[in-house]
Amino acid sequence: MLRTGIIGIGKMGLSHFALASAHDDLDVVAVCDSQAFLLAGVKSQTGVATYRSVDKMLAEQQLDCVFIATPTSSHFDLGMAAIEAGVSPFLEKPLTLSHDQSRRLAEAAAAEGVANQVGYHNRFIGTFREAARLVGAGAIGDVHHIDGRAFGQVVTQPTSGGLTWRSDKSAGGGCLHDYACHVIDLMDFLVGRPEAVVGARLSSIYSSNVEDAVHALFTYPNGATGSLETNWSDDSYRKMTTSVTVYGSGGKIYADRQEIRVYLRDGRTFEDYGDGWTIRYITELQEPVWFYIRGEEYSAQVDAFAQAVAAKKTDGTNSFASAADADWVVEEISRVHRDGAGRATPTGAPASAGLVRRQVTVPAWVDRGLEVLGPPARKAAAKAKAAWAKRGAR
Amino acid sequence: MDRIMFGDNQFFGVNHMSEEKARAQAMRFRDTQSIIDVLDVAYDLGIRTFMCTTHDRIAEVAAHTAAHPDRYQGFKYHPGMPYAHKYANMVGELGIVETLKAVTPGGLVETLVRGAKSTMSRDVGQLMRTLVDAEMAPFAKVETPVVFLQNVVADLVLGLGMPQLLAEFESYVRERYDAEAGFFTMNMPRMVEALVAEGVKDPIICCNYNAAGFRMCGGIEAYDRALEAHEFRCIAMSVLASGALRPEDAIKWVCDREQIVSIVFGASSRGNIAQTVDLIHTHTKG
Repeated sequence: MLRTGIIGIGKMGLSHFALASAHDDLDVVAVCDSQAFLLAGVKSQTGVATYRSVDKMLAEQQLDCVFIATPTSSHFDLGMAAIEAGVSPFLEKPLTLSHDQSRRLAEAAAAEGVANQVGYHNRFIGTFREAARLVGAGAIGDVHHIDGRAFGQVVTQPTSGGLTWRSDKSAGGGCLHDYACHVIDLMDFLVGRPEAVVGARLSSIYSSNVEDAVHALFTYPNGATGSLETNWSDDSYRKMTTSVTVYGSGGKIYADRQEIRVYLRDGRTFEDYGDGWTIRYITELQEPVWFYIRGEEYSAQVDAFAQAVAAKKTDGTNSFASAADADWVVEEISRVHRDGAGRATPTGAPASAGLVRRQVTVPAWVDRGLEVLGPPARKAAAKAKAAWAKRGAR
Repeated sequence: MDRIMFGDNQFFGVNHMSEEKARAQAMRFRDTQSIIDVLDVAYDLGIRTFMCTTHDRIAEVAAHTAAHPDRYQGFKYHPGMPYAHKYANMVGELGIVETLKAVTPGGLVETLVRGAKSTMSRDVGQLMRTLVDAEMAPFAKVETPVVFLQNVVADLVLGLGMPQLLAEFESYVRERYDAEAGFFTMNMPRMVEALVAEGVKDPIICCNYNAAGFRMCGGIEAYDRALEAHEFRCIAMSVLASGALRPEDAIKWVCDREQIVSIVFGASSRGNIAQTVDLIHTHTKG
């Protein structure tokens, strides 16, 4: 039995606690949290040792592994503390708030030889695994685009603070770190990490402190493109709903939590997948699990971690190194949102004013162009200014 | 307990196989009257038990049937609590302690947070009872012979190794509501053993039972062994594995297991409800 600790017993921590307790190879011997109230509840109902200090728990308990489900801003320090104590860490997603920290954690875990895993549970969902297998095997030919989406109802009314770390940007709150990273990791799982983030927007819908929606465009080394759309303020979805579509030269694949739809074109076939549409459901694609609480994927990832710890496997599914890739993309999205990524410049008014009506302002480049550029650019800028004026711009 | 019970997943955009189908259902049942219309069809086909969540919309349904006792003679509710997404969304937004404060009246949680550790065991039970009362309030005027604990909570508690809380739920529901307790689970063999070990006699357990083995943790054989080995009342759900199986085969397969007391299913059309009811009657032995 592997001596197991739990740090943080919020929603995810409780889930890991229960799954680990029900696992034949894991023995939960200690729980750590900052809330004495919750610890007292655990102690009175289970008799497991409880701690308010991580260092004390690590020093006293001779743990083999630990599940860490705390606010993201604490992941780096807690993960390092576990690694330095020779304890294999499972960290909730995202791994950290910076690619550099994530990379250092990955290197430290590899150097120490401890198993390491991040809770990107989509990689344990049968439909997404099948999609990744098909893409990897070339079933749809060369990939030229991937589209990843997630919607759900986390923040559905105006809020100016909120009560948890999820509305605190510095702690890891916001749709980018909560929702988008899941989709980014899923896209990485299917087609690899993008080469560049070429456009990104973090938008607030209801929250004043964090973004509620993330939109981004990626490019990949082979020239393929990717688009990301996530929105946690959409209450038409009962719970978080994630989907991905991969477009290839020989067809396309759509996958969500429940089903995979494969379209092969031009007489193409792959295994049981024929020309045209094939739909397969999670009921046939999901491997059974030993214990179920709220989705096979949560059970399967705990089981995979238990096996990795026992085998001292440092590069299993959702290793720190793989999760660091997702953190790189997350960081790039923030940077591109903030700094821009070589903005295209509009020439002339759009043919239609579109549906969005708001006061338009003449872009700064127009006036700058009139001042500093050579005659051709000046001419273009003057023309543009006239066109903007026609739209009522100031 | 009735042989046939009617479920409510189809009303709330729950479909284990297709997001699209789930969405279409959520659109169709966006007003309470459309739910009542389907229940009327089920009632007229002889169904008398409604296995439901504690979703706000079900409260409106309960108010409707309570207001028309002649139309719904013998109609019973088996509420399953809690409606987990409500709490899960709140926990995401408010945190665990604030969520508990929001759903329990009268400063109970504040008392707990301040309270002495020595009283915690008793306090956890008190908290559970308060939550049950809040969930049961909409059902005050209708019959609730069995009150269920939803699987996400029952299995969480089972996994955490706190089976005493399940037993406490059973005794509270019996004493306070004169009802039997039922337990939804995706881990039936373990759940039966835990409840029996806690001294719960002839427990009511609702679990998936389908030829595909879908969400039957431990596998079909372990389920069949538990059915033989223990005295408990088994309600089979997800018998069609969310539509992955042919109804005729699926229902015969379940009915061949004579220890299964009841079958719960959900459907939206008169044709599907009538077909399933017929199949269950046809294949039920004895």
